[in-house]
Amino acid sequence: MWSIISVLVENKPGVLFKVTHLFRSRNYNIDSISVGVTENPEFSRMTITTSADEKQLNQIIKQLDKMIDTVEVKLLDEKKSIYRELVLMKIKITKPSDIMEITDLTNAFKCNVHDVRKSSIIVEITATPDRINAFEDLVKGYGILEITRTGICALERGMGNES
Amino acid sequence: MEKMSGARSLMVALEKEGANIVFGLPGGANLPIYDELYKSNIRHILVRHEQSASHMADGFGRVSRRPGVCFATSGPGATNIVTGIATAQADSAPMIAITGQVPTKMIGRDAFQESDIIGITNPIVKYAFQPMTAAEIPEVVKKAFYISATGRPGPVLIDIPKDVQQNEDEMTFPSEVKIRGYHPWVDPDIGKIERAIEMLLSSERPVILAGGGVIISGAFAELQSIAELLMIPVVTTFKGKGAFPENHPLSLGPIGMHGHAEANKIMVEADCVLACGSRFSDRSVGTFEEFEKNLKIIHMDVDPAEIGKNQTTHIAVVGDIKASLRIMVKMLIQKAIKRSGDNPWLKRVSETREYFRQNLKLHPHPLGAAKVLRKLREVLPAQSIVTTEVGQHQMWASLFFDVIHPGTFFSSTGLGTMGWGFPAAIGAKAAKPDVPVVDIAGEGSFNMTENSLAVSVLDDLPVIVFLLNNFSLGMVAQWQRTFYDRRMIGIDLKNCPDYVKLAESYGAQGIRAESIDEIGKAVQTALKSNIATVIDIPIDPQEDVLPFVAPGTPLKDMILPS
Repeated sequence: MWSIISVLVENKPGVLFKVTHLFRSRNYNIDSISVGVTENPEFSRMTITTSADEKQLNQIIKQLDKMIDTVEVKLLDEKKSIYRELVLMKIKITKPSDIMEITDLTNAFKCNVHDVRKSSIIVEITATPDRINAFEDLVKGYGILEITRTGICALERGMGNES
Repeated sequence: MEKMSGARSLMVALEKEGANIVFGLPGGANLPIYDELYKSNIRHILVRHEQSASHMADGFGRVSRRPGVCFATSGPGATNIVTGIATAQADSAPMIAITGQVPTKMIGRDAFQESDIIGITNPIVKYAFQPMTAAEIPEVVKKAFYISATGRPGPVLIDIPKDVQQNEDEMTFPSEVKIRGYHPWVDPDIGKIERAIEMLLSSERPVILAGGGVIISGAFAELQSIAELLMIPVVTTFKGKGAFPENHPLSLGPIGMHGHAEANKIMVEADCVLACGSRFSDRSVGTFEEFEKNLKIIHMDVDPAEIGKNQTTHIAVVGDIKASLRIMVKMLIQKAIKRSGDNPWLKRVSETREYFRQNLKLHPHPLGAAKVLRKLREVLPAQSIVTTEVGQHQMWASLFFDVIHPGTFFSSTGLGTMGWGFPAAIGAKAAKPDVPVVDIAGEGSFNMTENSLAVSVLDDLPVIVFLLNNFSLGMVAQWQRTFYDRRMIGIDLKNCPDYVKLAESYGAQGIRAESIDEIGKAVQTALKSNIATVIDIPIDPQEDVLPFVAPGTPLKDMILPS
């Protein structure tokens, strides 16, 4: 089961290490992790995605909650959250028409094109993992030279008490 | 506010926490701390190896139920206490480990005696601090004691760079601290306790499983009241051994790999268990799946992460065990609930216990473990504190040494650290100098920290090492006999050293006891003399620990002596 966990942590050195070490030492899996400071500089927010069965997921949440440097741990409901990942993809250009075709695709996916060259093009896409995978499938044929992904970041919709 | 060095503020903060004894060994990176220790009223116990300092602090902490403190220098000093920290973490023992670190400017440059002890110990501490300015130290110490001693206790590391020890600053000593991500006390859910009572009353074959949490929270009286009001038999985990008087008619002793036959048998037959402060370790439950089959589990624990970790729980009560059990006792009394002991289940329990007590075959050797340990029990005052090393002797202690006075038995049960028992006994003696302290030992384990004899003698912390000497790593030998077709390798200790001479060379008393009668006399001599004593007892190297539940098999498949 793919899940998104949002963790509010103390913004201080070593906390990322402790969180990732928890996953390592208890044999849990991190699919992606993204970290950044919040509106309050005392806190950082980590968004962790993981694949675990329900029992293990329960344990992950409890073990994260038990950590002294975590202030709040939430399992996000995909339907009640906005979650996005940013990907930069360098795609091979073999013939001039490739540029046009890829640009058309990027328009359809609402992504940005950067660094257009004779032999390569960099595309920036911010979307849900499903959409990113769909885009990746479509451009695979041109040859993907390099990919870098930020990992998911996510926020709950509304004020928490609204449904 | 007062201007002082970081090291001085450390001493003041320790004194404010009531720490009047530290176990340690100085070195380059913690000399400023030692220089202030020299000027303070805190007693220092000089160990011969830092690992022993951590075990002494652990033993002190478990017995006094407040954190024991150990000091080590940077680099190898710090890495030498890693085993002690892991041991304390595995058994939820309160401990503060304070290490020196290379100066802040040298960190990360692979300096002499530099080790990233924060990184190394991360998965085995409850928390770790590395103050980078002197002014942080008072608050760090306050927080360290708070974290270590509250909720589920555990080891906290404070790693202090040398310049931070030396630098002077204006110091403020907080009288309390708050940590927003740490909520150690949860009020037990009264509704759930009510439901737990109903579940226990409606079950036909209930048992109480007392774990280490009962001992940590000191919930002995509450546990006994509940057992007696509801007439429920009590089994324990090995860590929980002695949470309930083992001479009580409702006591069955520890379950598990080397649990009592009657305890394992009754545990398997039970339909409902009230588990108090137990984490359902594999050593206790055999196999997780088989254990929970047809069993309703009520789980009380201070650590919410233990709920459902290993077992499926029907009712979970999160909170301090003593607080939860106290509420339960109150409810039982208010509702005037008292169950009669005249029922088929209790009859079955007593019959089972009687059967095994009459029929369990004991090793025929004149110095069989049962005879040896029962003799020790006979001559040792009930309030004495007993620690063990790790190995066969430890499991024999579990089987044959009855704990009469709750909370007087301590062992490295989680990590299974050989060499723990002796230094831990010295720490226990420091916490309770007025009661006899005995380390039930095997020579394989004792070898690992035997140099603590110097401490026991010189620092006037006399303990008795009750050495079951089978000239080999007995538990390994047993496994090689049982699971490896008697291919014996790496187990023969060849009766070396001579433990009587070893003890004497340290200025301790060495007694060889070669009969049950001599054992009794030796213990009495040790108790009377009140000096550190090693009682060397040559036992039979062929004796196995039985009953035995093989690893990865359910409790019901317990192997009995044939």
